[in-house]
Amino acid sequence: MNITLRLQRFDPETAAPVAKYQEYDIEISDVSTVLDAIIKIHEEIDGTVAMRYSCRSSICGSCAVKINGSAALGCKTRLVEVAEEGGTITVEPVGNLPVIKDLISDFQPFWDKIRSISPYLKTTGPEPENERIASNESMANLLTAVNCIMCGCCVSDCTVLEVDPSFIGPAALAKAWRFTSDPRDSATNDRLKYLNDIDGGMWDCTRCLKCIEVCPKQVAPMDRIMEMREAAIEAGNTNTAGYRHTESFYNSVKKNGRLDETRLAIDSAGWTNIPRLLDLAPIGIAAMRKGKLPPLIPHKSEDHKKVQELYERVENDTE
Amino acid sequence: MYEHDLLIIGAGLAGLRGAIEGIQEGLDVAFMTKVHPVRSHSNAAQGGINAALASRGDDWEDHALATVKGSDYLADQSAVEVMCREAGDAIIELEHMGVIFSRNEDGKLAVRRFGGQRVARTFFVGAITGQALLHVMYEQIIKHEARTYEEWFATSLIMEDGVCRGVVAMEIKTGELHTIRAKAVIMASGGAGRAYQPTAQAAICTGDGQALAYRVGSPLMDMEMIQYHPTTLPTNGVLMSGAARGEGGYLLNSNGDRFMEKYAPDYMELASRDVVSRAEQTEINEGRGIDGCVLLDLRHLGREFINERLGYLQEVATDFMSIDLAETPAKIRPGMHYNMGGIKADVDGRTEIPGLFAAGEAACVSIHGANRLGANSLLEAVLFGRRAAAGAVKFIKEEAERSSGDESEMKSEAKRLQEILDRPAGPRAAAVRLELALEMDKNMAVFRDQAGMESAAAKVAEVKKKLPSVSVDNKGRVFNIDLMSVLQLENMVDCAEAIVAGGLARTESRGAHNRTDITARDDENWLKHTLAYQADDAPRMETSPVDITRWQPVERVY
Repeated sequence: MNITLRLQRFDPETAAPVAKYQEYDIEISDVSTVLDAIIKIHEEIDGTVAMRYSCRSSICGSCAVKINGSAALGCKTRLVEVAEEGGTITVEPVGNLPVIKDLISDFQPFWDKIRSISPYLKTTGPEPENERIASNESMANLLTAVNCIMCGCCVSDCTVLEVDPSFIGPAALAKAWRFTSDPRDSATNDRLKYLNDIDGGMWDCTRCLKCIEVCPKQVAPMDRIMEMREAAIEAGNTNTAGYRHTESFYNSVKKNGRLDETRLAIDSAGWTNIPRLLDLAPIGIAAMRKGKLPPLIPHKSEDHKKVQELYERVENDTE
Repeated sequence: MYEHDLLIIGAGLAGLRGAIEGIQEGLDVAFMTKVHPVRSHSNAAQGGINAALASRGDDWEDHALATVKGSDYLADQSAVEVMCREAGDAIIELEHMGVIFSRNEDGKLAVRRFGGQRVARTFFVGAITGQALLHVMYEQIIKHEARTYEEWFATSLIMEDGVCRGVVAMEIKTGELHTIRAKAVIMASGGAGRAYQPTAQAAICTGDGQALAYRVGSPLMDMEMIQYHPTTLPTNGVLMSGAARGEGGYLLNSNGDRFMEKYAPDYMELASRDVVSRAEQTEINEGRGIDGCVLLDLRHLGREFINERLGYLQEVATDFMSIDLAETPAKIRPGMHYNMGGIKADVDGRTEIPGLFAAGEAACVSIHGANRLGANSLLEAVLFGRRAAAGAVKFIKEEAERSSGDESEMKSEAKRLQEILDRPAGPRAAAVRLELALEMDKNMAVFRDQAGMESAAAKVAEVKKKLPSVSVDNKGRVFNIDLMSVLQLENMVDCAEAIVAGGLARTESRGAHNRTDITARDDENWLKHTLAYQADDAPRMETSPVDITRWQPVERVY
């Protein structure tokens, strides 16, 4: 097929480095991947194009880039999936990480966050002579996260990291889940408490689903984060805005059949957390001026009895 | 300039396991890798890792015999004994580190059967065993806080009075050259598969360690022994794990026959890899192939089983062939997969160069001889990675001295690299590599003969002549992968030279070295390793005897 690749170029060695786009028209077999196309450009047309790649079979995690605006592995994306004959494909470096050159990003912040969660099995006491006994289900369950190849697609497109670089991010949290869910690990509660307490921890995910959408290995980081939140609450970590938010949400819908947004904000902050409440005050005043402040005393939904029935049915079901 | 006790080149399983050993021994250890550790090619080992666990009644001697028979009696038997005896401990250690091996109903480690063995003794994590092991070893490195040179590329070894005392390396991010001195260096830099096209090996497998060692006088051993894996994709050479056959997959020809009946009636699809690859190629050559392939049929295993135990294969099938293995057999063919040969090393990693050690695929211990058994490579990596580091620790504590510390090698390397950057437009590295690699796949493949190997030798000579004119578009310093392609091409050419010379020297058929013009194994003259020493035009060839302890060579039937 004939195709145009529009590559983001960045040369740090020029006087005033600035990212720009360069187009390459190539002819390539239609079973090819985006990576094949970039390699072809590098090898046959323009040796100055720089990119990381290695295995070509979605196992090494080197070749994550943004393809038409969405993070993906170059080696796992067939050209025909992202462009028609004669079409154009835009390739840019992954997001939320600094660019070094062309399609190569600086992964140091990524690895630092992986390191920060103590990503290794912690056990106490002497090792047994043979293997530790564990059920096949408990090990197979971890495969979800062990599948992660650390390619950075989830981090690239994480909408929280876009506005808050301190968020530990979906990859490191999925890695943490791999240990908090391992029956052999003896530090589960410490891990949960740490990720519950730190700024940028498990409660900062806004559940936008983007990481699940772009993960090439079905790790579903957001699902892992949600499971960790449940585990953290079960382990008694309830003094957080995140937990209070969850609880307020639950109570408000149960009581009124709809969300009481004013109360949700105050509950989440904590009724005695004066500094945080003062932070919220200007937002409340601005909302009031624009006529956007939710009612201070919530109206009950007409169907709130039905909602309560639903609650009962769901809760009895799990019991 | 940097200084360490022990410097390890390569951060796959062998290198990382070695680093942990050195740290535990209290040394100042650093490792260097041209990629990030988790990008290493150990990832690509899919099917599992072999070990005979005595605790469940398995016998390491049976594993050893299978390995020796698999090697077509070219493996050094004392080394095989070491590996098979220590394998059980290595597996338990991996489990303790956190590897999520598949389990039996009783919660103990599960096994699957693998090629060339009667007993099921391959431990596994789905079809991503290598990835699962590599990531755990990286976790352990984080725990042990090793000094790392990530995305650094070693360009030469520093030699003083015949002793290896470190490397000169380029920090890829800045393009700067540095001297890194060490009392001992371990080469754990992986295979040289990119000297072939297609190949199952990753783009980074360019024989760097082999070439660096070769240039300072270390012999490359049994380099002609190239494993063609029976199940690779025809389009891009990507691997479909041997686990597919281990779990019961069939190989079919165009008539729908399980043709392995003819070639290995006893082991069928689970004969040694060289045997299966030859059988496939014979079917294809005799007109019973389909588009130059045979079929790998898993349909009878059922979708649920395939997804659970062979999930990654299903992913590869979907991504690259748009097929569902539960419904459609995959077209596969033998493809370049593994280098049995490498830097000559003993069971403690010692090479012929004092201060230089080697482990993993870069080394030839020799465990695999003329044909490696599936699932022995991960075992070799963790086990001999550790042993080589233990050997280096002993050397450092007993023999090594720190040297003077001048930077002459770095200065001469800087000049050499500048000369490459300054070259006028000439052939591109990629084009020259392809020319070489296609020739290797044509004439140093499953079947070989004198004329073909001479043609390959002529091609190597021709490519060597071109090397000084290969030029780069990118004249910059930062992440100059164009410059790296030239340096890696030089490394691949050195490996190819030794592969071809080994092939021409070995006037018999044994394991992966199968000559159509000399079809018999010649135990009288060739229970020997080939040793290629670098010399002016072509390598100087020598031989060394195979170490036979208890298994006398017999006819090899599967």
